[in-house]
Amino acid sequence: MNWLYIAWKNLGAKKLQTALSLILLAFGVGMVSLLMLSEKQLRDTFERNIQDIDLVLGAKGSPLQLILANVYHVDAPTGNIRLVDAEKVIRHPYIAEGIPLAYGDNYRGFRIVGSTLAYPQHYDATLQFGAWWEHPFEVVVGSKVAATDGLQVGDTFFSAHGLQDETDVHTDKTFVVVGIMEESQSVMDQLILCNIETIWQVHGDEGDVLDANREITAVLLKKRNPLAVLTIPNVIRETNMQVALPSIEINRLTQNFGIGMNTLRMIAGLIMLLSFASIFISVYDSLLARRYELALMRTMGASPRGLYVSLLLEGGLLSLGGAILGLLLSRGGMVFLAQMVADKFRYDWESLGLLSAEGALVGLAIFVGLVAAAIPGISALRMDISRTLSDSP
Amino acid sequence: MIETSHLSFRYSAESPELTFPDLSCPKGEQMLLLGDSGCGKTTLLHLMCGILRPNQGKVLINGQDLGLLTGKNLDRFRGNQIGLVFQRSHFVQSLSVLENLALPYFLTGQTADLDHAQSLLDTLGVGHKANSRPQDLSVGEQQRASIARALVHRPAVLLADEPTSALDDRSTQAVLNLLEEQAAQAGATLVIVTHDQRLKDRYDRKVELNSLAIPVS
Repeated sequence: MNWLYIAWKNLGAKKLQTALSLILLAFGVGMVSLLMLSEKQLRDTFERNIQDIDLVLGAKGSPLQLILANVYHVDAPTGNIRLVDAEKVIRHPYIAEGIPLAYGDNYRGFRIVGSTLAYPQHYDATLQFGAWWEHPFEVVVGSKVAATDGLQVGDTFFSAHGLQDETDVHTDKTFVVVGIMEESQSVMDQLILCNIETIWQVHGDEGDVLDANREITAVLLKKRNPLAVLTIPNVIRETNMQVALPSIEINRLTQNFGIGMNTLRMIAGLIMLLSFASIFISVYDSLLARRYELALMRTMGASPRGLYVSLLLEGGLLSLGGAILGLLLSRGGMVFLAQMVADKFRYDWESLGLLSAEGALVGLAIFVGLVAAAIPGISALRMDISRTLSDSP
Repeated sequence: MIETSHLSFRYSAESPELTFPDLSCPKGEQMLLLGDSGCGKTTLLHLMCGILRPNQGKVLINGQDLGLLTGKNLDRFRGNQIGLVFQRSHFVQSLSVLENLALPYFLTGQTADLDHAQSLLDTLGVGHKANSRPQDLSVGEQQRASIARALVHRPAVLLADEPTSALDDRSTQAVLNLLEEQAAQAGATLVIVTHDQRLKDRYDRKVELNSLAIPVS
């Protein structure tokens, strides 16, 4: 027998009230923690893939779309650009490096991207099996592609036109898997890489197209000189091209998200406030309903402080239980979200570890629970035993 | 043993002063305090167990002056030395009957002797209800369980507040027998405070409060 046991039994004796407090706190904590987790995943995913791409060159259109399509491969590209125009930009003295990208086909929903070896190198991608491509129609696949489709070195497949569906399959051109990349937690994991000639040849270019008419989708640029950001837009003014800054576009995107996030955060805060009220009422109710019991325990030798501790423990148990339930809830929510993200964008959101901010959240929840119990508990300290015993029925 | 001398009490500066006759009951003896409603019986009971502090006078329990104890020490002393039986039995409802009997041990910092608690419940005929919730017991069973709780940790004094006023004649006899037997077995001094005139002739040592505790001013 101890105060913790008595507090536990008291909570068990009023199941509805206890359940209400637990549910409210679990939802409040769960929502805040889910927001923290998803924001972190979103930020991590964005930042990992920007690496040090300073500018993205592509066809005119929405700059955000340009970034999403070419850096993250989650949106359709804005259109094609002429290779000769792109090369002018790449050779500009302010530009250190340019990685050309050309794509338009998929295999079972995974994009086939033509580029140079500089592309995987940029993400520090290494091979798990096989070798890098050397000839057209040799492909190196990302770890997630290999795992999902069970591809191995030596396997062959046909590509489908477009970026998602498999209705229009190019059965005349066979791709051969020559390498499989290690998992790099970047966009590489979900791409099928080959050289640019492959993309051209899939679409009917047998080497007879004039260089001047060759097209690519976009170029990822690294700048040599900070002035590039100001200068390049002038260089390409007369063309159908635009440049966009990933960091700025992603900032704008997260700010737009941010409005929604803030609303959710406020709702979560409100729910936590309600749970505070619920714990307060629960402990206050304990106090009213059990006044006589508390007085009785005083006659049996309990000190006011002992009774106070037992009430605090009720609040503490409720808030600890609610916080743990909340963390479990947010993990469940995260698994669901990750599934959605994986289905829609083919990104893996796996990390469900405890964030340090969540530690603070649990601490806050317990503190709130203790305060909610401490306030009504004060009247247990001040209770007039004689009057309470005499007033009893 | 329990002893009071020159006890007086007032609830507030405006309320009349209540004075009480000197009482004395040696160890293991039994005493009846008889008085009509409103004569200050409960006040006297609360003074005797240190829940209320007298304006004047002393309460000695086993030689200890309650007035010299404060705060936690007083709570602990009360828990150790005094068992209380109330007119209506109250329990900590979320705990089982046996756990309620463990409370006096826990609250006075002793290790609970659950075997003794169980055998006491057995003796009083409620052993089979040890693991039930108090509210699942009949009123009579509750009263017997509350007598067991008051005595389980072997206090020096057993104070019973109106233990029989709601009972018929036969039950009254049974409860008094129980109280007397159990107090005697535990070696406790038994003090019964009541307005129940049926008890009048049962005890040699009795004090009538009617005239004596009437407000003097």
